[in-house]
Amino acid sequence: MATITQPGVDTGAGSRGAESIIRVTDVHKYYELGETRVHALRGVTVEVGRGDFVAIMGSSGSGKSTFMNILGCLDKPTTGQYYLEGIEVSSLDKKQLAAIRNRKIGFVFQGFNLLSRTTALENVELPTLYARVSREEGLQRSNEALDLVGLGDRKLHYPSQLSGGQQQRVAIARALVNRPAILLADEPTGNLDSRTSVEIVDVLQKLNDQGLTIVLVTHEPDIARFARRMIEFRDGKIRHDNPGTDRPVAAEILKNMPKVED
Amino acid sequence: MNLVQILRIAMRALARNKLRSALTMLGIIIGVAAVIAMVSVGQGAQQQAQDQIAAMGSNVLFVGSGAVSRGGMSMGWGATKSLVYDDMTAILHECPAIAAAAPGTTATAQVVYGNDNWNTRITGTEPQFFDIKVWNFQEGGPFLQADVESANNVAVIGETVRKNLFGATDPLGQTIRVNNLPFKVVGVLDLKGTSPMGDDQDDTIVLPVTTVQKKMNGQTWLRWIMVSAVSREASYAAQKQISAVLRDRHRIRAGQDDDFFVRNLADFAQLADEQSRLFTILLASIASISLVVGGIGIMNIMLVSVTERTREIGIRMAIGATEGDVQQQFLIEAIVLSLIGGAVGIALGLGASSTIANTLGWPVLVSSKAIVIAAVFSAAIGIFFGFYPARKAARLDPIDALRYE
Repeated sequence: MATITQPGVDTGAGSRGAESIIRVTDVHKYYELGETRVHALRGVTVEVGRGDFVAIMGSSGSGKSTFMNILGCLDKPTTGQYYLEGIEVSSLDKKQLAAIRNRKIGFVFQGFNLLSRTTALENVELPTLYARVSREEGLQRSNEALDLVGLGDRKLHYPSQLSGGQQQRVAIARALVNRPAILLADEPTGNLDSRTSVEIVDVLQKLNDQGLTIVLVTHEPDIARFARRMIEFRDGKIRHDNPGTDRPVAAEILKNMPKVED
Repeated sequence: MNLVQILRIAMRALARNKLRSALTMLGIIIGVAAVIAMVSVGQGAQQQAQDQIAAMGSNVLFVGSGAVSRGGMSMGWGATKSLVYDDMTAILHECPAIAAAAPGTTATAQVVYGNDNWNTRITGTEPQFFDIKVWNFQEGGPFLQADVESANNVAVIGETVRKNLFGATDPLGQTIRVNNLPFKVVGVLDLKGTSPMGDDQDDTIVLPVTTVQKKMNGQTWLRWIMVSAVSREASYAAQKQISAVLRDRHRIRAGQDDDFFVRNLADFAQLADEQSRLFTILLASIASISLVVGGIGIMNIMLVSVTERTREIGIRMAIGATEGDVQQQFLIEAIVLSLIGGAVGIALGLGASSTIANTLGWPVLVSSKAIVIAAVFSAAIGIFFGFYPARKAARLDPIDALRYE
């Protein structure tokens, strides 16, 4: 089952693949649902190198969401080890897990999950508050993150005043603001139309080109092919683990897509 | 996250549901206002009781001719004729704990001045009486010991008598008729108010003891002797010493009942003080029930709020909020609710207190203690009733919370 690090499609950050940022060894996860025991993960072993861009695919019930929750330190494996940047996460307590989520992981969700009635800037600032960085630095980082995702001119807008794509960019900025080790995107394009989806993938590809490690969960093969590596889950196990071939560049595709003005 | 940021988040969350927050606060507002108003009324009563006690005089003991039982029939106090002037002299000489003493005899009389007349109590005593009772004069002064010795017709009148007989006229030097005897008014006493027992102390005329005994009631014995002890602590020793002296002088054998009684007014003072304190506690406890009800309102709303904001809690946890952060956030919200309610309640309570004082004329004393207690109490209510909802929020599983619709 152990497929190891992945040679990059293009070069970019020099040390890509040399050092594994995620190392998962024989992870099992059971849920007790009344009398029955649900075996969600049945021995998953995988490594992800720094700077990689992994797409995790699989139908519902394949275990990909459970795996994502474990990667995101929202859940702990029943057995097996998970090392994130060399830290054995499965041995940490709740408070330490919260700190890991805060500093090492950036989440992007399908439903954006922004706080309503809170401006884009304040949404992005939120993780810095929990990281106890100073207000000035938090604000500065938040502004930079919003500029990076191309929302420099919408900082004081509320989520209800932004389009879906813009909301997801805010969510990406929020995920980036504490400079995490990995970005976990759970169906980030699930609620978006096809052009906006490619726009979001474009943002992710550009961030990855700058060296950010990304794990993207999706059930859309069209989206998954933008990653450098594709892992397919079935029945709680990794079924395929392939490097992407003919990886498209989202920016190129966007040029040829019809513009839908919002 | 520093306190300012936490408070800002809490204020924003509360501002999101303004009507709901205001209604929730109303419970605390009413509770705190009720506590402050009730404690103010209670403390006003307490202060009044203490003032009355102070007005009774300092370290005063009251020796009365006591009940005596003749042939199985018990007579009320004052029935015996055994308390005499020489008893007072003996007490003064033989009891070291005693500073001063004044004899007393009483009568009631119709007092006439011009066309006005008034029925009042007559007190026959000596000039020390005024010192023992710490009773000052608004005009003139006490009669003299010489007046006592020659049983002169001189009178000191209380404020109630002055008001009823003289109105706007200056009574000093005027002649009044008491039981048809002419008396010259030499002094007018200060207003003393009601005694803790409830009678009007100003409704009296004070005459030399000899004058009353010889010209009015024809009694040779005393009704009472008023004694002041050298200090408040000494008053209990004085009580024992007086008892011993009088039992000896009246030849009462061991085992026989006294034919007199010695009452320590410090006991009355304590009793009155305790009663008004009890009154305050009673009022405050009734009022604090509404404060507790207000607290339950906070808990109720916070529970609703936690459920409504499950998803927000999930988001916050996913981006790094610890259980402690989430708990703190909801706890601070509850505390802010109750503190704002407390502040408004204090203002309302002060308003209510002054309204009570103005419209009902009750003595009201707003103490800073009551305000501090109300503020602390409302914060405590916020913590106590906010704790469970906050704990519930903090215990949510982030995965479930994120999935919550």
